[in-house]
Amino acid sequence: MDLKDLYRDVILDHNRKPRNFGALTGADGQADGHNPLCGDRLTVWVRLDGERVADIRFEGKGCAISTASASLMTEAVKGKDKAAIKALYEQVHTLLTHQDATADASLGKLAALAGVSEFPARVKCATLCWHTLNAALDRSADAVTTE
Amino acid sequence: MNAVSAVAAPFDAERVRADFPILAQQVNGHPLVYLDSAASGQRPLAVLRAVERYETHHHSNVHRGVHTLSQAATEAFEGARERARRFLNARSTREIVFVRGATEGINLVAQSFARPRFGPGDEILITGLEHHANIVPWQMVCEQSGCTLKVAPIDRRGEVDIGRLLELLTARTRLVAVAHVSNALGTIVPVRRIIEAAHSSGALVLVDGAQAVPHSAVDVRELGCDFYAFSGHKLYGPTGIGVLYGREELLEEMPPWQGGGDMIRTVSFEKSTYNELPWKFEAGTPNISGAVGLAAAMDYLESLGLGAVAAHEQRLLALATAELERMPGIEIIGTAAHKAAVLSFTLHGCHPHDLGTILDSEGVAIRTGHHCAMPVMTFFDIPATARASFGCYNTEADVRALVAALGKAREVFG
Repeated sequence: MDLKDLYRDVILDHNRKPRNFGALTGADGQADGHNPLCGDRLTVWVRLDGERVADIRFEGKGCAISTASASLMTEAVKGKDKAAIKALYEQVHTLLTHQDATADASLGKLAALAGVSEFPARVKCATLCWHTLNAALDRSADAVTTE
Repeated sequence: MNAVSAVAAPFDAERVRADFPILAQQVNGHPLVYLDSAASGQRPLAVLRAVERYETHHHSNVHRGVHTLSQAATEAFEGARERARRFLNARSTREIVFVRGATEGINLVAQSFARPRFGPGDEILITGLEHHANIVPWQMVCEQSGCTLKVAPIDRRGEVDIGRLLELLTARTRLVAVAHVSNALGTIVPVRRIIEAAHSSGALVLVDGAQAVPHSAVDVRELGCDFYAFSGHKLYGPTGIGVLYGREELLEEMPPWQGGGDMIRTVSFEKSTYNELPWKFEAGTPNISGAVGLAAAMDYLESLGLGAVAAHEQRLLALATAELERMPGIEIIGTAAHKAAVLSFTLHGCHPHDLGTILDSEGVAIRTGHHCAMPVMTFFDIPATARASFGCYNTEADVRALVAALGKAREVFG
């Protein structure tokens, strides 16, 4: 268990300066995510162009893993279509839950989340934003939870 | 309860530590520093051995057989009840109901005492610092019976606003349910004063003593409370066992809340009659070894001296409070004048969940989160806190390890 592997510079940077942070006006879909155990809360907004996510923003309060994961996610999915996002999430999920998983080059900066797999209690911090994105894409207004 | 004024007796925490085998281990390459006793205390050898002795020599079912083991088990179980009676200074073992923990004790009172007799217009009064276990059972009763839940607010120090509580205490108030010590903040609540006020207003009082019993001697007759609930595992006993004390005349009038074996006198398909107190409230085979372990924990704690333990914990609390107050970015949440050995805090720029992970990597176990007291977090407008809590086995070295690990967290998130 190596702390430096969890709190990599990319994670700390995105926690301190989250990208695409703040409400998105003219959104087509929006969803709230909540992790009652640690109190993480976030909202994800998406603007769609057909099947493609033309713009995405998020806002919320959470731990470094949850904030950085959401920030990295917004950068990674912007411009991608729903099918590509689903495939990307599956790759991220494998990375988060399998200690022997190797980060594929296609993951880009999301590979910085690899250290989370050593800390099983923190996996749900990193996945909250993805569940919330899925709900937003379904244009569901219901809050989702990872508990 | 006044832990602060406890006599400062010589207290050898290192010797106490040696009684707790679990503490002698490495966690993530560091000696374990266990600062989460408010969530669950560890068990001394005396408890582990008492449970082992019971399991290897005396176990059978209680109150049933005429054979030797059944009688031995019954004696052990009922002996534990007498031990608990002495621990609380209750009048009679008829007032000592074994339950799974404080949560079940409160639910028993909610369902068996409050639900059948409260209705629209009646009020249950709690405070803003209650654990969920002393909120949700009352909300359920309110839904079931039509009565109303009132909440006495807390102030910025984390103390119950007694003035507001007294205003909310009216002729409509049937029951006041209040924590003796706040689990999230450590606040020692002036329950005796609340009990006196409630009684003169005609209301009864349940005290949630889960966080109080490890830190001070509790005398239910001196307090004058009507019900008192606590869990064994916070008292260095096993999990899954706890005690509900209730005044005999109240328990006598209450219907059973669970039906089954042991709680009956006669059963026919037309009608069953119920056992006498306290077994009327103990349906099914109880947690016999848990009760035996709890009795051993009470023996152990009293052998250390509750006053000496409290004084030792207060020294650690004072030291840790002074150290954390000096650290930039630390904010202590809960600054009541009288606190049990619980220190809740936040570190600026570092979410409590991250803090918990970093401290764990240094072998320091603290609790992070809302501590099953979400309304307290809402009051302070924070999602969570980090909470260090001290028990009889903690030392000044543990406080220094906490401070050093916090320094590490500040490095990572600096």
